[in-house]
Amino acid sequence: MRTPSGNKVYGMAAEYPSAAALYEAAKRVRDAGFKRWDVHSPFPIHGMDDAMGLGKSWLSAPVLIGGIVGFFTAITLTFGPSWFIYPLVVHGKPYDWRTVPAFFPIMFELTVLFAAFTCFFSMLIMNGLPRWHHPVFNWNRFSRVTNDAFFLVIEARDPRFTESEARQLLEETGGQHLTVIHED
Amino acid sequence: MNGSTTSTVPDVIAAEASASVERKLARVPLVLSNRNFSWITERIAGVNEGAAPRWWWVTFSISSLVAAIGLFCLGYQISTGVGVWGLNHPVGWAWDITNFVFWIGIGHAGTLISAILFLLRQKWRTSINRAAEAMTLFAVICAAIFPGVHVGRVWMAWFLAPVPNNYGIWPNFRSPLLWDVFAVSTYFSVSVLFWYTGLIPDLGTLRDRAKGKLQKLLYGIFALGWRGSNRNWRHYEMAYLLLAGLSTPLVLSVHSVVSFDFATSVIPSWHTTIFPPYFVAGAIFGGFAMVLTLLIPARAIYKLHDIITPGHVDKMAKIILLTGTIVSYAYAMEFFIAWYSGNQFERYSFYNRIFGPYWWYWWVGMLFCNFVAPQLFWFKRFRFNIYIVYFVCMCVNAGMWFERFIIIVGGIHRDFLPSSWGMFHATWVDIWTFIGTFGIFMSLFLLFIRWLPMIAMSEVKIVLPEADPHHHATPEGHHPVAAGGMERTQ
Repeated sequence: MRTPSGNKVYGMAAEYPSAAALYEAAKRVRDAGFKRWDVHSPFPIHGMDDAMGLGKSWLSAPVLIGGIVGFFTAITLTFGPSWFIYPLVVHGKPYDWRTVPAFFPIMFELTVLFAAFTCFFSMLIMNGLPRWHHPVFNWNRFSRVTNDAFFLVIEARDPRFTESEARQLLEETGGQHLTVIHED
Repeated sequence: MNGSTTSTVPDVIAAEASASVERKLARVPLVLSNRNFSWITERIAGVNEGAAPRWWWVTFSISSLVAAIGLFCLGYQISTGVGVWGLNHPVGWAWDITNFVFWIGIGHAGTLISAILFLLRQKWRTSINRAAEAMTLFAVICAAIFPGVHVGRVWMAWFLAPVPNNYGIWPNFRSPLLWDVFAVSTYFSVSVLFWYTGLIPDLGTLRDRAKGKLQKLLYGIFALGWRGSNRNWRHYEMAYLLLAGLSTPLVLSVHSVVSFDFATSVIPSWHTTIFPPYFVAGAIFGGFAMVLTLLIPARAIYKLHDIITPGHVDKMAKIILLTGTIVSYAYAMEFFIAWYSGNQFERYSFYNRIFGPYWWYWWVGMLFCNFVAPQLFWFKRFRFNIYIVYFVCMCVNAGMWFERFIIIVGGIHRDFLPSSWGMFHATWVDIWTFIGTFGIFMSLFLLFIRWLPMIAMSEVKIVLPEADPHHHATPEGHHPVAAGGMERTQ
C-alpha cells in the first residue's frame, strides 16, 4: 500500500492517554480480528498479553535446552579428564563415577551459565533485536514511548487492514493523533 | 495500592464505609508525592544529561587516584613477587583472601535485590535494584583481582581454565578452589546479562532523549533498537523472570562455594558444616550495608527522596537486622560447637579468637560492629533516622571485613603445633592494594551514575497506580495516602 505521494505505508498508529485506555483499545482491536498489530508502552502493562490475544512466552523452552546442554557439558568436562585423559588421585579418593559429588558445583554452575546465555540471546532473537531502525521511529511523537506515551499501531500487512477501517477503529477506541506511518 | 487491599469482606465494607479506617489500612505508596511517569524520566535520565557536577569531578579524581595507587601496587606485586605482601608461614592467606571474600560478599546484596526479591514480588526493589546490581558487578571485579594475583605467577593463571594444553595437565575438578573459579566467573557473567537485560528499556529512554550525536549513537547501539513493543515485552518479561530464577540459586551457591574453600580443609575453626549458610547470610548482611552506603548519599545529591523513600531505607534496615541476626546466631553456634565437640584444637581456636593476639578484631569487628550495632534496627525511630542508619551501615561494612580476617587469619595463625604458630603483619603493599580496590570500586560506580540511569525507570513506572490497566484517574485522585501531599510537577 502506498500513499498518493508514493511512500510505502507501514501502518496506522494512534496515541492513547493512559495505560488503561491502551488496554481497553487493545481488547477492541483484538476482537476486531486484526493479527499484525502491536502496542508500545514505556513499561510492560499487566494483562496486556491477554488483551492482545497473545499466549505465554515460549522463551522457557530454549532456556531449558540451554540448561541441559550446560549440564552435559559439565559432565563431559569433569568426567573426561578425571576418567580418561588425566586420572588424578586426590586425598586417596577414587576418580571414577564414585567421585561425582565433587563435580556437583561445576555441573550446577555450567547449567546456570548456559541457561542464562541462552535466555538472553533467545530473548533477542525472538524479539528481532538488535535492529538499526524500525518504521515506527519515523513518527516524531513516537520518541515519547520510552517516557510516558502509549501507542497502538496496526500494520498495513494485516489482511484485514484498510486505512478507513483502521482509522475508524482507532478513533472509536479513543485514540489521538492518528497517523499513517511510512516505511521510509 | 489503595485501601481495599484487605482480605476479608467485612474489612472491605468497613474500609469503604469509613474514610478514617481506609486511611489506616492504606499502604504508603512506593513513589511519594504522586509523581507521574514523566517526572520519573526527567529526574532519573536528567542525572545523565548535562554537564557533570563539580562534586562528581572532585570525587572521581580522588577515587581514580586511589585506584591508580592500587594498580601500581598490583604491578609492583606482580613484577616483584608475592613476597611484597606480608604472607609467610604459617599465614599464607591473609588480606588477599579476606578482601576477596569481603568484595564478593558485597556483591550478593545486588543479586538478592534483583533476583530473590523479584521472585518474592517485592515491588519496592524497583527503586534500588539497578544501582545494587551495578554495585554487584563492580564488587565482583574488585574481588576477582585478589585470587587472580595471589596465585603468584599471574601469567600462569590460565591454568585455572580447563583448556587442553601441550603439558597434558588438567585442573583438579575436585578442588574447591576450582569450583570457585567456575562459581565466580558464572556469577559475574550472569550478573552482567541480568543487569544489561534490565537496562535495555532505559537505554531506549536515554537514546530517545539524547541531544548529542555521539550520545544518540552509543545509547542507540546499546538500546538494541528497543521500541517498547508489547510483543517484545512479552518475551522480555519472561527472560527477566527466568534470569531471576537462575540467579537465585546461583547467588546462594557462590558464597557457599567460597565457604567451601575453608570448610573442606582440616584447619580448626574452618572445618565446619555451618559455613555455607553462615557465609551467605553474612554476604547479604554486608552487601545491604554497602547498598545503603552508596544510595543514601546518591539520593541526597540527586534529590531522589520520592523514589528511594524512607520506607525503602526502613525495609533494607530490616533485612540488615534479619541477616545480622542469622550471622550472630552462626557466631554463637560456632562457639557452642567448638565447646561441644570436645576437640581441643577447635576449642583453642575459639578461645584464641576472643583472648588471642587478634582479640580486638573480634571484640570490635564481630561483637560490636556485626552484633551490637544492628540491634538499633529493632527500633523504628532508628530505622527512620538516616544518620543512625548510615552509622550502622559503616559499622557493618567494617565489621564484615574484620569477620573474614578473623576467620581466615585467626584459623591459620595458630593451628595444631605451637612450634609453627606465627603472626601476620600487613605491609604497605597489602594495605594500599586493598585501599586501591575501593578506588576502583568508587570510580566504576561514579562512571555508572554518570552515564547510565541509576534507577530502573521502566520498572519504577510499573509501581505507580496509573500503570495499572484498570486504573481510572479521578480529578482528585483516589489514592488515600497522598504522602507529602505535594502537587505534581507536570
